[in-house]
Amino acid sequence: MNSTLAILAILDGISYAALVFLVSVGLSLIFGVLRVVNVAHGSLYAFGAYLAATFSLAIAPISPWLTYPALLAASIVIGVVCGGFIERFLLRPLSGQEDVLQLLITFAAFMIMDNLQRLIWGVQPIFAAEPLRLLPNVAVFGVSYTSYQVILLPGVALATLFGLRYFLRRTLSGAVILAVTEDREASTAIGIDAKRVYFVTFVIGASLAALGGALASPTTSLVPGMGADMIVLSFAVAATAGLGQIEGTALTALMIGLTRAFVIYLQPEFEVLVPYLLMVLVLLVRPFGLFGAVQVRKI
Amino acid sequence: MQFLKAAVAAGLVVVTFTGTSLAQSKPSELKIGITTFLSGPASVFGVPAKAAAEMIAEDLNKKGGIGGVPVKLSFIDEGAGGEALVSNYRRVVQDEKVDATFASISSGSCTQLVPVAEDLKVMNFMWDCGAASILETKKYRYNFRTQANGTPEMLAVLLYLLKTKPDFKTIAVVNQDYAWGRESWEIFSTALKAMKPDVQVVAELFPKFGAPDYSTEVSRLLALRPDVVLTTSWGGDLDTLVRQAGQRGLLQQSTFVLGIGESSIQRLGKDLPEGLIVGARGDHWFLHPEKKNDAAFKAFNEAFKAKTGAWPIYPVYHMAQAFKALQTAYDKAIKSNGGNWPTREQVVDATGGTEFATGFGRPITLRPEDNQGLEAQLVGVTKSVPGYDFKLLDNIMIFDPKMITNPAGVRSVEWLKTLKPDFVKMDVPTFKAQ
Repeated sequence: MNSTLAILAILDGISYAALVFLVSVGLSLIFGVLRVVNVAHGSLYAFGAYLAATFSLAIAPISPWLTYPALLAASIVIGVVCGGFIERFLLRPLSGQEDVLQLLITFAAFMIMDNLQRLIWGVQPIFAAEPLRLLPNVAVFGVSYTSYQVILLPGVALATLFGLRYFLRRTLSGAVILAVTEDREASTAIGIDAKRVYFVTFVIGASLAALGGALASPTTSLVPGMGADMIVLSFAVAATAGLGQIEGTALTALMIGLTRAFVIYLQPEFEVLVPYLLMVLVLLVRPFGLFGAVQVRKI
Repeated sequence: MQFLKAAVAAGLVVVTFTGTSLAQSKPSELKIGITTFLSGPASVFGVPAKAAAEMIAEDLNKKGGIGGVPVKLSFIDEGAGGEALVSNYRRVVQDEKVDATFASISSGSCTQLVPVAEDLKVMNFMWDCGAASILETKKYRYNFRTQANGTPEMLAVLLYLLKTKPDFKTIAVVNQDYAWGRESWEIFSTALKAMKPDVQVVAELFPKFGAPDYSTEVSRLLALRPDVVLTTSWGGDLDTLVRQAGQRGLLQQSTFVLGIGESSIQRLGKDLPEGLIVGARGDHWFLHPEKKNDAAFKAFNEAFKAKTGAWPIYPVYHMAQAFKALQTAYDKAIKSNGGNWPTREQVVDATGGTEFATGFGRPITLRPEDNQGLEAQLVGVTKSVPGYDFKLLDNIMIFDPKMITNPAGVRSVEWLKTLKPDFVKMDVPTFKAQ
């Protein structure tokens, strides 16, 4: 492989990693704070994508540039409505009970949302590429790339990463979330409303999943089953990084994206295996993930 | 007088008794079990096919049904897959006691259900699945394929390419990583190697089924600059690949061949440029050059468009073929049974070798040696035509199935290896778009 192809592979890897990070980080955040493995995360991704496409297709005739705020609006609507509903009415009643119940209830939510998606948007693929068409292509060594994929997506992923870091480490609300994550009982004792923290965190995580879907919608066909595919990949990334590790999720997504891109150039037969091979290798050596740490059991 | 009455009564009893012993009593309805994808990505085929089945059954029943018996449909979701699909199939056959089944879209489903149908002795029409191997490895009594298999479908596309772009030197493939993606490439590449051995395969890419992103594959192909790119992908995967390739200029750089692209043309709309070679898994096209002026064909297409909002695609026509094959088989069996309702075994006997015509394409024959359908293949190239917001097919060629289907008893790949470069010179009629 010459240096030109290597640079092309790096660009492809970064673009793919950006999208994977955006979806996985929400899953990781929710687990980090609520200790819930949210199987419905894939459905939130799919709903975000479908609603963004619906908004985009509706608003594009008025002004194509309005499709960008439409993507953001769709993410927030899904995060607040669907995420809020799942946390308030499905997860909260099970608070303090067996972890497996939470897993099962989010799995049920996933199945219901999968069917709802078909009822609302049907089974024919939907494509809404207006936001992507608005931005010009860029040429790298004679190979054309859409600036949406090599500039905008990585830019949004970086903004999300640093925005989350800033929010959690430099703001009062972030400190409250970290406090509840660290010790729920102690934080409740000093007057923090842990239930509210869980609700807000879940909504943020759900919105991030929906944002991943919304940003993917201009580049891909929206089809039944897209949520299931993404949840598997997101789990692989989050587990490899160590559940709850935001920076780790970013680095793992980048690692998976780059490895996948190089594999497609060199040994395309192994493309499908890459994320899962990496996950297995990492977990064999570090069972808590690349960036996870051994935790002391309280009781 | 008393004697006469007794004789007439006795005669009536004898006639009635004899009659029922020679003929099956006509049922109140003819039950058909249909497996189709109602969930998952392949529902892009399964849902339109279900709509077609309902439309055809309704129309058939208005005209008196099959042999005077109305048909009743039961649907099974192939999306459930695996054991659930087999259990549901058994339930429909054994509990609902269907008279025939149409199974399935996926070759994986067909592979699972064909032995079950054989075991349950229920007549089954493989109405859409394309794996050639199913009928090549074993002779079945109760299973028939009412359309072509992957071999003539891929061979027709390759022949079209060789006839229209004979000078290409390099080719790359981007297929979905599952049975059809692999098998279709094996058929295509084996025939290509036999007929044009100097072509170099520069990339064989098999991205994950349902992959949302082909950026890396597109980059690699842009860097490799192959003369031809083949894909037999379908549904959302094909739409995504074509759009991502189009946005980055790959569709303009290489000649794209969409092996079964007919089903995506309407969805892709203006994103599909001119000049792409498109196959149709049979001679299926809502503007079929030999049928487009037929009143029944036009009426069916327009009724389907009114019902679903889209023109029919190939699974819709495949569904129509299964119904027509069943109707033809029953008509034949009734005729050979002296006008009486036939037993199931008599219908099966009548089905082998049947020729039937839906009127939506050329007639199809169920080859008696292996129950394989011989179906013509339509291939064309995309072209903009005023009045349509999607591309139409131009320079359409319709290939004779007898020329491009492997002989019964010979495995597809073995037959393809025997093809010579002269094979491409066969005469094929070409039709221009209106």
